[in-house]
Amino acid sequence: MLSVSQLVTTAGQVPDFDLKPGCCLAVTGPSGTGKSLMLRAIADLDPAQGQISLDGRPCESFAAPDWRRDIRYLAAEAAFWEPTLGAHFSVPPTADDLAAVGLRPDRLDAPILQLSSGERQRGALLRAMEDAPRVLLLDEPTSSLDAASTALVEALLKAFLSSGGAIVLVTHDEDQAERLRTSRLRLHR
Amino acid sequence: MTAPNAGEILAAASLVIFCASLSRLLRLGFGRSLLISALRMVLQLVGLAFVLGWLFRTETFLVTLAAMVVMAGFAGAEVVARQEQPPGRLWTGLVGVTAMLTAGLAVTLPALLLLGDDGSWWHPRTALPIFGMVAGASMTGVSLSLDTFAQGVLRDARGIEARLALGATRNEALRPVIRQAVTRGMMPTINAMAAIGVVTIPGMMTGQLLAGAEVFGAARLQMFLMFLLAGATALGTLGATYAMAQRVTDARHRLRLDRLAVRK
Repeated sequence: MLSVSQLVTTAGQVPDFDLKPGCCLAVTGPSGTGKSLMLRAIADLDPAQGQISLDGRPCESFAAPDWRRDIRYLAAEAAFWEPTLGAHFSVPPTADDLAAVGLRPDRLDAPILQLSSGERQRGALLRAMEDAPRVLLLDEPTSSLDAASTALVEALLKAFLSSGGAIVLVTHDEDQAERLRTSRLRLHR
Repeated sequence: MTAPNAGEILAAASLVIFCASLSRLLRLGFGRSLLISALRMVLQLVGLAFVLGWLFRTETFLVTLAAMVVMAGFAGAEVVARQEQPPGRLWTGLVGVTAMLTAGLAVTLPALLLLGDDGSWWHPRTALPIFGMVAGASMTGVSLSLDTFAQGVLRDARGIEARLALGATRNEALRPVIRQAVTRGMMPTINAMAAIGVVTIPGMMTGQLLAGAEVFGAARLQMFLMFLLAGATALGTLGATYAMAQRVTDARHRLRLDRLAVRK
């Protein structure tokens, strides 16, 4: 489904990979080895050399916004631009959607500044999964979460995989990488 | 009323000198820049009178046009100087000058054709003061909006990128910043139009009245000029902001902060 070859970011060359539906590539490695830059390059948010394609169709042949609707990048630090979480969705998530990541329904209308960093992170993940992306590019999606919330998020990601999605997961958590991955990529200096 | 002589001007200047010494006494620190800018004002007005005198005697269209380009160039330098975070000095200057010159000419030339039906429309005596007022107003708008835009883009970079990552186009992702920049650029003009005649008597009309013009004639000319100013400010502000929005993004709808050339 997602194929990356000869990708070069400002941090260096990225090993080639090919991701099939239902697969999760766990990317680990020390800080500064270009894990985030790799995700940004795949989302076409930074100029980079190399070939990236979805179902054999090269990235350049997509309009960039269409590409990013299919290949959804979620930055490590959640960012918001509206006063409430709910305003960031085109269709507000249902109580079930929210419960899946352990968010109370009243969190949708609370001012962003009143959400905890963990609530913001889970809200941003829900937003990134809105209207069915094909591939998720996740940068440390559970870095601010406790064990219980992490388990909820991992269950949601597994459901996304079994529905035919694919994930590139950047994580520092070796156990999480082992729980979710179907393949691994280690970046070195 | 006749123009004040040197002694009368000196009397008015003593007010500024008094305020500067007040600043020194209270250690407020604005006295020095007040005196320097007052001195600049005097020198620049004397220079302007010499240059205008020469221009008014030549009466050729090309000289008029060249003077407009020079004025826009100075205005561009002012725009760059007023940026707290110039997104590439050269670009800010180019965008500012182009926006002001285009908006200024697009507004001034038809207006001059309309006013100068006796064939004198391109005479420097008519064309340059009008262009100067128009360019000055749009300079304020352009510099405010470019400054607001650059600061907004840097402040909201994460949010803008988050929107792009969700599939927004660059115009969608930048719209709040663009709106803020354009609104801020238009604010002085909108305020000036709202306050005119109730709170303020505009400088140009004051000059006309002091020179003995008929009041309704002066009011009509002022209206005409305010429309030109508002139009040129809106066009210049919009043009400059959208040009800068293009500059900080690329055809693949990426936010290119590297092009802001933030100095390290």
